[in-house]
Amino acid sequence: MGDFNNYEAVIGLEVHTQLLTKTKMFCSCPNIFGKEPNSAVCPVCLGLPGALPVINLEGVRLAVKAALALNIGINKKSLFARKNYFYPDLPKGYQISQYLDPVSSDGYLSVKTDGTEKKIRINRLHIEEDAGKLIHAGSRSYVDLNRAGTPLVEIVSEPDLSSAAEAVEYLKNLREILVYLEVSDGNMEEGSFRCDANVSVRRKGEDKLGTRAEIKNVNSFKFVQKAIEYEIERQIEITLAGGKVVQETRLFDSKTNTTRPMRGKEEAHDYRYFEEPDLPPLILDDEFIGEVKKSITELPRAKREKYVSKYKLTEYDAEALTKDKEIARYFEDLIDKNNGRVEIKKLANWVVNDLLFGLKSITSIGKPANKEVIEKAISELTHVGADNFLELILEVESGNINKNTGNTVLLEMLKDPNKRAAEIIKEENLAQVSDDKGIEEVISRVLSENPKELEAYFAGKDKLFGFFVGEVMKKSKGKANPKKVNEMLRGYLESLKKGGN
Amino acid sequence: MNLFNLTIHELNGLFKKGEATSRDVTESFRKRIEEIDPKVNSFLYTDFDEAFKNAEEADRIIKSGKNFPELCGIPLSIKDIFLMKGKKTTCASKILENFVSPYESTVTKRLRENGYVFLGKVNLDEFAMGSSTENSAYHITKNPYDLKRVPGGSSGGSAASVSAALSAGSFGTDTGGSVRQPAALCGVVGLKPTYGLISRYGIIAFSSSLDQAGVLAKDSLDAAIMLKAVAGFDEKDQTTRKFDIKDYPAIVSGASKSLIKGLKVGIPSEFFTEGLDPKIASKILEMRDLFRDLGAEIVDVSLPDTKYSIATYYVIATSEASSNLERYDGIRFGYRFKDENGGFFGTLDDLYRKSREYGFGKEVKRRIILGTFALSAGYYDAYYKKASLVRKLIIKNYRDAFKKADIIIGPTSPTPAFLIGEKMDDPLSMYLSDIYTISINLAYLPALSIPVGVVDNPSWGGFLPVGMQIVSPWLTEDRLLSVARIIEGEIGFRDKYKPEFKNG
Ligand SMILES: [Zn+2]
Repeated sequence: MGDFNNYEAVIGLEVHTQLLTKTKMFCSCPNIFGKEPNSAVCPVCLGLPGALPVINLEGVRLAVKAALALNIGINKKSLFARKNYFYPDLPKGYQISQYLDPVSSDGYLSVKTDGTEKKIRINRLHIEEDAGKLIHAGSRSYVDLNRAGTPLVEIVSEPDLSSAAEAVEYLKNLREILVYLEVSDGNMEEGSFRCDANVSVRRKGEDKLGTRAEIKNVNSFKFVQKAIEYEIERQIEITLAGGKVVQETRLFDSKTNTTRPMRGKEEAHDYRYFEEPDLPPLILDDEFIGEVKKSITELPRAKREKYVSKYKLTEYDAEALTKDKEIARYFEDLIDKNNGRVEIKKLANWVVNDLLFGLKSITSIGKPANKEVIEKAISELTHVGADNFLELILEVESGNINKNTGNTVLLEMLKDPNKRAAEIIKEENLAQVSDDKGIEEVISRVLSENPKELEAYFAGKDKLFGFFVGEVMKKSKGKANPKKVNEMLRGYLESLKKGGN
Repeated sequence: MNLFNLTIHELNGLFKKGEATSRDVTESFRKRIEEIDPKVNSFLYTDFDEAFKNAEEADRIIKSGKNFPELCGIPLSIKDIFLMKGKKTTCASKILENFVSPYESTVTKRLRENGYVFLGKVNLDEFAMGSSTENSAYHITKNPYDLKRVPGGSSGGSAASVSAALSAGSFGTDTGGSVRQPAALCGVVGLKPTYGLISRYGIIAFSSSLDQAGVLAKDSLDAAIMLKAVAGFDEKDQTTRKFDIKDYPAIVSGASKSLIKGLKVGIPSEFFTEGLDPKIASKILEMRDLFRDLGAEIVDVSLPDTKYSIATYYVIATSEASSNLERYDGIRFGYRFKDENGGFFGTLDDLYRKSREYGFGKEVKRRIILGTFALSAGYYDAYYKKASLVRKLIIKNYRDAFKKADIIIGPTSPTPAFLIGEKMDDPLSMYLSDIYTISINLAYLPALSIPVGVVDNPSWGGFLPVGMQIVSPWLTEDRLLSVARIIEGEIGFRDKYKPEFKNG
C-alpha cells in the first residue's frame, strides 16, 4: 500500500501511419480514399481468387526514409508475413504485414520534457497494408475497399515513456518528422496517423513491468493525453485497493474521457502469423538505402537548433520558422539571397512578425487558421518570391520607406504576388520624405497651425514634443522618416526659441 | 484419319501444309467429346461457341501465311482452377458455384496470344486437394482405361481428357503430384516445371509455395510446345524470375540417343519403399536397364530425408491452404449461406460458419482444420517451423544427389489407378499416392511422368498404365523433356496402348 506518488507509469506507443505513395502497397490501384466506394480496386486488393501481391518499391522507400530519420537500423533482408483473421473489411482474410524480420529495427527518438532530453527507444518499424472500411446504415452494412491495401508503417516504441505529457511529446515529434519528410500527411482525425498506447504502472524503483492494458482508438493528441492520464489513475487506484490490473485491450471514449474494456471476443485473436509465400524476401542494397538517405532533408529539430545557435534567433522564432517545411525553405532562401546585407535576426522578424502575420490576416480574417488556410497561405507565400520580399526589406532597412509603409506594401504584394515591391512603392507614391526641405515645410505648417501648443511647449511642457512629431507624421501621411522628423523638429524648435526671444 | 488422335506437333504439321484447318480439328474434338465424355466425365463444362470462334481466328492467322505459334489452332482443355475473364471458374467447389472471373490468368492470357482453341474446363479435386478427382463437388471423372477406376488427381480431368483424346493437351497444376500422378494413371505425359517458371497469377491458390502450373500431353514434344507458350517472368507474380526461356520444342525434337550415352542416371532406394506395387517396381527396373543399354551410367543416389516428405508436405500445404482459403467467406463473391426463406439474419460469425460449412467439401475442411491447427499459437514452432527446416534438408538431399546424377528416375505412383471409392475413407492411404512426387514440389524441382508400359488390371483383366518419374535439377526442363523424348521413342507406348473405356 501507499499513495499515488509511490507509483510510476510505463508507457509504450504503437503508431500506424499511412504512406503518401501514389499507388497501393501490393497493387497498382491509386492510393486515394474518400472517393466513390469501391472505385479504386482491382483483383489484388479485392482479394479475388488467384490474385497475387507485388511489392510497391515507393512504399518501401518511404518506410526506409522514415526509419533513417528515426535512427532505426535498416534490415537489408526483411520478410513479409500474413496476419490471419476474418473480417469483412479484410478481403483476403489476412493482412500482409511484417512480423519476425521487419524492414527496420532498434532506433530512438529524442524527446524533450521539462527541459531535459530523453531518448525513447524504438523497437521496430514495419510495412503493412491497411484494411477497407465498413459503413453501417440502418440494418445493413456495406464494405468499401478503396482503402484496402493502402500502405502503412507501424512504429513501435519501447516502454520508455513515463507520463501522458511525454507520450504526447513523442507523438508530436514523430508526426512532425513524418510530415516533414513527406512520408505521411499526419492527419489524425482522418486516421492517417493513429496510435495505440500500452500503459502499465509499478511501484517506483521496481524493475519489473506491471500488467499492461492496450488502449485503442485515440485519434488526437488531446485524447492520447486524456486516455493515458485516465488509465494511469485507474490502474493505480486498482493497485492501491489491493486489486490486480487485468491484461486487456481497452477502448477510449472521448465523450467521458475514460477507457473501457473491449468485449472479450473482439480481442480473442490468434493471428497465425507465417511467412507470406507469395512474396520473396525484401532485399535492400546499399545503393537503394544510399539514395533514400540522400533524399532526407534537414529535420525541423536540427533546423531549430541551428537557428538558435548559429543565427541567434529566439526559440519562439525558430519554432515558428521550422513548423512548416516550406516556410523554413523560404527563410533559408531569403538568407541566401540576402548575402549578409541585413541581419538574419531582422530577416526572421520580417518573416515571423510581418509575413506570416500578414498572411494570417489576409487568409483567415480572425478565424483560427485551419490546415487548408495555412496550406493556401504557404502556397501564396512562395508566390511572393524571396527576392521580391528581400527587396522590400531592403527598402525599409535603407530608410527609403518606414516600417508601417513596408507592411502596407507587403499586404499589396500578398494580394498580387506579381507586383514587385519597388513598383508598388512608386505607384502609390509611398517613398519616405526624408529630404530636409520637404520635412521642414511640414514642420513649419504644423507649428503655425498649433500656436497654443507651441506656447505651452515653450512654457516648459516638454511632453508636447511627441504631439508635434505625431502631427508631422500625420501630415506627411507616414512617409516622413521618423528619425529625421525628430532631429529636424528639435532643431527647428531650438531655432524658434532662440530667434523668438 | 481421326484428327483427335493426333499430337499437337502432328496437327501443327497439317496446318502448315494446309491439309487441315483448326475448324476441322475443333469439329473432330467436338464430336469426340460428345461421344466419349459422357463415359469419362472429364469436362465440367464445354464451350464450343468459344472454341469455334478461336478456331476461326486461328485459321485466319494460319492462312495469312506468316509464321504462327505451334499452339495456334490447337484445341486444349483447361483445369477449372485457371481464371478466365468472363468464364465460370469453380475449382470444383460449391463455394465458387457460378463464380464468373472478372480477369484472366497469365497462363490463359499467354495461350490466347498463341492462338489456342479453348474447348472447356475440366474436372479436379476441389481446390486441387486430392489424388483421385473424387473430391470434386460436381461429379466423378473416370479413368479411360477402366471406368470403375479413378484418373488420379487433382488434375484428373486434364489427364483423362488427354488420355481419351478429348483434347490435344491440357493445362493442370501440380502442388504435390497433381499433374504427374494422374498422368501416370491415365498413360499420358505430365510435366511439372521448376517452381517460378510459370506464373501463378490467376490460378486459384492451394499452397502458394508448392503450386505450379503444369502440362498434360500426348507426348514430350507436345509438352515442350505447351511449356514454351506459357513459361517466363510475369510482373504480376513475384515468385517468377527472369529466367532464360529456352526453345524447348527445338531442343526436344533435335534430341538423339547420343544424349543418353554417359548420362548419369540416379535411382534412389527411397523411391522403392514398402507400399510400391512390385509390378511397378519391376517396370521401373526395366527402364533402368533400358537406360543402361542406351549407354547411361547408373549411379547410386540417396535422398535420406524424403521419408519425411508426406509429413512435411501436409504441414506446409495445409497451413498455406488454411490462409489462402480464408477469402471464401461468403461476403464478396461465391456461395453465401441462405436460410429456407432465402435470406440470412444471424451474426457475422454465423454467416462465415454456415457459408464455409456448406460451401466447402469434406477434404477441404479437413485440410483447413489441419493447417489452422499447425499455425496456431504454441504449435507454430513444432509444426510449421519444423516442416520448413525439413524442407531445407530435402532441398539439400536433392542438391547432393544432383552432384552425382544428371537425372533421377523412379516410379511416379506406388500403384496403378485404384478403384473409385477405394481410398475415400482412408485419407492417409490416399495421401500416400503422392509419396514419390511430393518431395519434388518441396524442393522446387522440375519433374515429369511418362508412360512406360502397363500392368495387368487385377480386377477384371485388361491393363492399366504405369508411369515413370524423371527428376532433374532446377531449370533443366530441356534435359528432362529430351530424355523423355528418347525413352518414349524406345517404348512406343502410344502405338501399343489405347484406352478402351471398359467397365462403364
Ligand atoms: Zn488494387
